[in-house]
Amino acid sequence: MNLTLKVWRQKSANSPGRFQDHTARNVMPDMSFLEMLDVVNEELAERGEEPIAFDSDCREGICGACSLVINGIPHGGNAGTATCQLHMRHFHDGQTITIEPWRARAFPPVKDLVVDRSAFDRIIQSGGFVSVNTGGTPDANALPIPKVDQELAMDAAACIGCGACVAACKNASAMLFVAAKVQHLALLPQGKVEANRRVLSMVEAMDAEGFGACSVTGSCEAVCPKQISLDFISRMNRDYLKA
Amino acid sequence: MHLDAKPPSGPLDKKWEKHQLEMKLVNPANKRRFDVIVVGSGLAGASAAATLAELGYHVKCFCFQDSPRRAHSIAAQGGINAAKNYQNDGDSVRRLFYDTIKGGDFRGREANTYRLAQLSVNIIDQCVAQGVPFAREYGGLLTNRSFGGAQVSRTFYARGQTGQQLLIGAYQALSRQIGAGTVEMHPRTEMLELVLVDGQAKGIVVRNLVTGEVSSHAADAVVLATGGYSNVFYLSTNARGCNVTATHRAYKKGAAFANPCYTQIHPTCIPVSGDHQSKLTLMSESLRNDGRVWVPKKKGDKRAPDQIPEADRDYFLERKYPSFGNLAPRDISSRAAKEACDEGRGVGPTGLGVYLDFADAIQRLGEGTIRERYGNLFDMYETITGESAYQQPMRIFPALHYTMGGLWVDYNLMSNIPGLFVVGEANFSDHGANRLGASALMQGLADGYFILPYTIGNYFASTKPQKPSVSHPEFKKSEENVRNQTKRLLSIKGKRTATSFHRELGKLLWDKCGMARDEAGLKQALKRIPELREEFWQNLTVPGDSGEFNQSLEYAGRVADYMEFGELLCTDALTRRESCGGHFRTEFQTEDGEALRDDEAFSFVSAWEFKGVDQAPVLHKEPLVYEEVKMTQRSYK
Repeated sequence: MNLTLKVWRQKSANSPGRFQDHTARNVMPDMSFLEMLDVVNEELAERGEEPIAFDSDCREGICGACSLVINGIPHGGNAGTATCQLHMRHFHDGQTITIEPWRARAFPPVKDLVVDRSAFDRIIQSGGFVSVNTGGTPDANALPIPKVDQELAMDAAACIGCGACVAACKNASAMLFVAAKVQHLALLPQGKVEANRRVLSMVEAMDAEGFGACSVTGSCEAVCPKQISLDFISRMNRDYLKA
Repeated sequence: MHLDAKPPSGPLDKKWEKHQLEMKLVNPANKRRFDVIVVGSGLAGASAAATLAELGYHVKCFCFQDSPRRAHSIAAQGGINAAKNYQNDGDSVRRLFYDTIKGGDFRGREANTYRLAQLSVNIIDQCVAQGVPFAREYGGLLTNRSFGGAQVSRTFYARGQTGQQLLIGAYQALSRQIGAGTVEMHPRTEMLELVLVDGQAKGIVVRNLVTGEVSSHAADAVVLATGGYSNVFYLSTNARGCNVTATHRAYKKGAAFANPCYTQIHPTCIPVSGDHQSKLTLMSESLRNDGRVWVPKKKGDKRAPDQIPEADRDYFLERKYPSFGNLAPRDISSRAAKEACDEGRGVGPTGLGVYLDFADAIQRLGEGTIRERYGNLFDMYETITGESAYQQPMRIFPALHYTMGGLWVDYNLMSNIPGLFVVGEANFSDHGANRLGASALMQGLADGYFILPYTIGNYFASTKPQKPSVSHPEFKKSEENVRNQTKRLLSIKGKRTATSFHRELGKLLWDKCGMARDEAGLKQALKRIPELREEFWQNLTVPGDSGEFNQSLEYAGRVADYMEFGELLCTDALTRRESCGGHFRTEFQTEDGEALRDDEAFSFVSAWEFKGVDQAPVLHKEPLVYEEVKMTQRSYK
């Protein structure tokens, strides 16, 4: 199939951006969305033009690097799927596809479809950990943990830190990310020890980065490639008030 | 070049303890005076950087990804081994050690491997304390599974994303130190030169991938944790960004590269669908517990799988290896699949694939049970191929997955260059000629959390290194090299992209130095690679500029290194005139088609010394001496 791509092109953080039309020819249904862009980029490079910059690495939906808004929806709207796992069989010949970067004040642009998500790292640095040093830890089985707690913590820990939740939110709120990170640790006895301190400092760091407020529309949950539940936000709010 | 592995004396199970006692310590007040550079932020790099900072050293950590949390360790699915014997099924440190040495076809270093098995136990304790949500039983204790044909259940796991959970643990420990100001983190920064002053590793030159700025960083020691080189084959299960640049450039500065020909191929990946393919996706090996592998008996049988009656199917693993059947080890299964495809019996549009059929298991156990066991894998398969493995057999094909070879290190994980330490997959590792499933995560964390932090202290305390200033001429020279190479890449303005060169090189290596190798093929590859390299430097096109975010330029630099490294890989494979582990030379096999080792002639580590791009490298041998283990020939019949 042949497709028309309307791609956001922006030379650098300080230069203005605009949509530019590109054509993707002979796209096969088995291609992934990123492989389709690879082919377009090969053609551009052969012509000596600048390829479209975008982030990707593992290409199996776990590293969280890929980050495209496709036809207005972060990761393209296939439930539980990151951009790298989206395949072209979900598109049809002659279609026009709009491709944009994550847009949020806290994610400044780098180039084309690449943005700077280091705000997430700084939120973790503010307290998203258990304060244990290497060595001197008790035997792993010394502390039994109920299977339901561990499973719920694992649901939260599945977050890949891609930032689609922020890109989907009309307020560019990072609540789902922060809630997943806070709850992963708060639900486990190892993390309970400093749970109050953690939730206070991570929420403070989130606000300082310029993410918006949460109005619980649920758009974050809808686009999350790991389908992290909105419930974690309620849990975090409760923990925050308690703290 | 002098290679001294420095294994401590004494009985195997006391070596590490003895060594820990003998190593010198750095006074706590003095630690902050030592600067350490850690390149890479995967399991080995992040755990090393965090632990060194906790101890009081001043650490700078570099990664090319936008965040340290994205390093490729994240993609490991299956789990992590540890000799905890929580299942009371007879596991022990000695058994894990022996399985690892035997699995590596007796080409690993005994003392290192034993220490790895010992430390496996501490890793699990550490990770649980950090909040890694390993799977548990209803009683609240940790659960285990048997993995990759092991006879005991020693694998800890967190759903299908053990790698991500362990990496998040290490990343959180690292983030805690970044927040505390003890680690200076440099994401989106690529190491392009190792800098030596008076023969010692004293720093690196990097390029900021956003601004293009080239800068120097000096330290008292440099730690490389930059992963493996599977991507030299173009298609592999590695992330797109994984590359050989850091280790290859250290090799060019004099670090010995050990056993490059030991590469691991994983039998259960989703087959290539066309030329556009950018990487291969691994499916957990656990699928082989219930799936049956087959191809049509007849060449070129293009019927749909459900139209092929039982009598016309060849369940080749069950036929060739009746006792292990579909669970035969990775290399054996991979090779058997390749043979079937070479005979023209491969399936799928490209003919490069074999069936993994669950019909019998579904009939026996019901679809519900299969869904429970493999639901996420079946979903992943359907996402990628658009086919349901409940309705029709999966198609699988082997792919490059892990590299056992890497920079040579001694018992202290230090290379032959003083002050250059190498951890994780980047070193030539404790796995010998082949790695057991669920042992990569174990090695990365053992190196980073528990070995390097001790041995680097010993290096500082016993050598009292002096950190040079970045205005030292060696730094200026290395910066100049980087700028010149960048300029050269951009100024060729030829016709072919880096991708097209990389793809051609990868195909050549896969054909001639992949699952099976022979002298004639390796010689052809060794003739072709220099030609290809020459064309690369004459006909490459790289769009854009150096002073900006330029992904084409980053990539071209990595491909330039593959063009040299591929030759080293084939040279090593040609020299090792035996079959062992992941290295299979078709000339050296038993009557049953098994790998035929030559312990008499090849019980050594091959460590290669760089002599110049168009010069032959020089082979140095580290003999492998087994004090406690007896070598045996493996058999999976």
